[in-house]
Amino acid sequence: MKTSKVIHAIYNDDDVLMSAVKTVKAKKHHIEEIYTPFPVHGLDKAMGLAPTRIAITSFMYGCVGLTVAILMMNFIMIEDWPQNIGGKPSFSYLENMPAFVPIMFELTVFFAAHLMVITFYLRSRMWPFKKAENPDPRTTDDHFLMEIPVHGNESELTSLLKDTGAVEIKLVDKEEH
Amino acid sequence: MYTFSNRLKIGAIILTVLGALMVGYGFMDSHKSLDNVKTMLAEEASHGHHGGGHAEETTHEAMSKDSHGETEGHGDAHAEDAHHGDKHAEHVMHQIHNRPWAAIYVAAFFFFMIALGVLAFYAIQYAAQAGWSPLLLRVMEGITAYVLPGALIVLAIAIASGTIGHYNIFVWMDPEVVAHDKLIQGKSGWLNITGFAIRGLIFIAGWSLYRYFARKFSIAQDEADDNKNFKKTFRISAGFLVFFIYTESMMSWDWIMSVDPHWFSTLFGWYVFAGMMVCGVTVIAMITMYLKSKDLLPMVNDSHIHDLAKFMFGFSIFWTYLWFSQFMLIWYSNIPEEVTYFVARINDYKLPFFGMLAMNFIFPLLVLMNSDYKRINWFVVMAGIVILLGHYVDVFNMIMPATVGDRWFIGIPEIGSILLFAGLFLFIVFTALTKAPLTPKRNPFIKESEHFHY
Repeated sequence: MKTSKVIHAIYNDDDVLMSAVKTVKAKKHHIEEIYTPFPVHGLDKAMGLAPTRIAITSFMYGCVGLTVAILMMNFIMIEDWPQNIGGKPSFSYLENMPAFVPIMFELTVFFAAHLMVITFYLRSRMWPFKKAENPDPRTTDDHFLMEIPVHGNESELTSLLKDTGAVEIKLVDKEEH
Repeated sequence: MYTFSNRLKIGAIILTVLGALMVGYGFMDSHKSLDNVKTMLAEEASHGHHGGGHAEETTHEAMSKDSHGETEGHGDAHAEDAHHGDKHAEHVMHQIHNRPWAAIYVAAFFFFMIALGVLAFYAIQYAAQAGWSPLLLRVMEGITAYVLPGALIVLAIAIASGTIGHYNIFVWMDPEVVAHDKLIQGKSGWLNITGFAIRGLIFIAGWSLYRYFARKFSIAQDEADDNKNFKKTFRISAGFLVFFIYTESMMSWDWIMSVDPHWFSTLFGWYVFAGMMVCGVTVIAMITMYLKSKDLLPMVNDSHIHDLAKFMFGFSIFWTYLWFSQFMLIWYSNIPEEVTYFVARINDYKLPFFGMLAMNFIFPLLVLMNSDYKRINWFVVMAGIVILLGHYVDVFNMIMPATVGDRWFIGIPEIGSILLFAGLFLFIVFTALTKAPLTPKRNPFIKESEHFHY
């Protein structure tokens, strides 16, 4: 199995981490990944990650949900088994439409929310029974871990990271995906 | 300090004068005698006005049954027909007489509602101790300067319509109508001109007092060396918000809902509130962008505009939610005395009724959904213009069906009224903006606002 060398630098404060990220990026090093116990505001921008496209998928899922609701109510209430509810047996989709609006709204939200979460998990390569990629369990508690690939510049990186306030710096072999 | 540029001042004055002329013309033009109306109706009938004429006939029939059902004898069919024709012409004549009154009332209320919405938004900023908005507080204070004159004008028009006018907006002000109407008689403990005037003055006094003190403390805070003034405003803001939500609700029953005195909706106050908040936030955003474009608000950045646009988006959805809640319950239960409200609107006001939904919901939903677009100034301005027009139509739909029926049009009286009050609004707001520095110097949250970023 192919392995590569990476440095794991551990921080214990999100503000220190943020300024460290800026310093490392300023020195033109590539940051492979950062593990944090909670979302750090502005971290994605500082790392230079591309903006998320999850909002676009959410919009598309919402449109799917709306379409499903429209077709579903048309089939249930108009085509398959027309019903007289509340004295409105008009058997016309358009004339009964206001009664279906709450369902359209709910299914739009339902589809957008659930599919967006599932998309997020898949995109983050998380699924049931998967072994955690997290290299250090402390990052689920109160530590922040920055992972930087090493290309023979180990000592330079180590001293740079020391300066940025890392509390722990390790060189590890990492299996490639 | 901001100085009211001459070009804007002259523009505002021209709008006011032009609007006043058009309103005057509207009143002169509406003085039609019964004979004029009869000829007009005969002409309309001969011009193959089939669909419209028919609908008119039926609504009129319903109306005449409403008011005369109990007293009308069972005379000769022919005599009744002639009598009916006369009644119809008289009814149409009243609607024609009502139109300039209703037009000026709609526009006056629309601009007043913007200022009141901003006042509530302003109080929320203080009560919530918001950190993002202090840079915009002076803009809001400028807009709320219109609350007092705007509200007095609305109340004056309403009362004038029932005293010097011929009950042109509120039918319950007409003793003749009340005498034949059991339902209004039952409500006359609330719906009478004296009570209406007293309540109106109490509302206006409360709003203006809050505005006066909040403004005073805000200016005093600029020169202070502690936060005492800010704390005072915080306290009166919390109190004002309680007073506001009660009085705003009652104001909307009095000033709007009572034009249809038989009809009521329990969430009407919220519905009007949602509309005034959208318009208020939109106008804050527009004036902020205008002042920013003149380099007068150098610290205001894209994130402030972004937040205002989020509020425009959010309150547009909120307005739609309330509109739909009101509509769907009434539509579904289909109780005659409730549903007539929407029957009248869907029959005679199809375009403004459904057009308003597109302008107030679908348009802002699609245009302001994308995060990046909320930071593009011209995009926000364009969305804002459509939202403001849409909410004018909303107020139009609330007042017009009860006053002019199917004799509505957006013509000289309506546009003239809009110009008149737009001019007055701009003049008062921008004059108020010149009175104090545009950046509140010593607001405790001003630093946070200056560094605000998203």
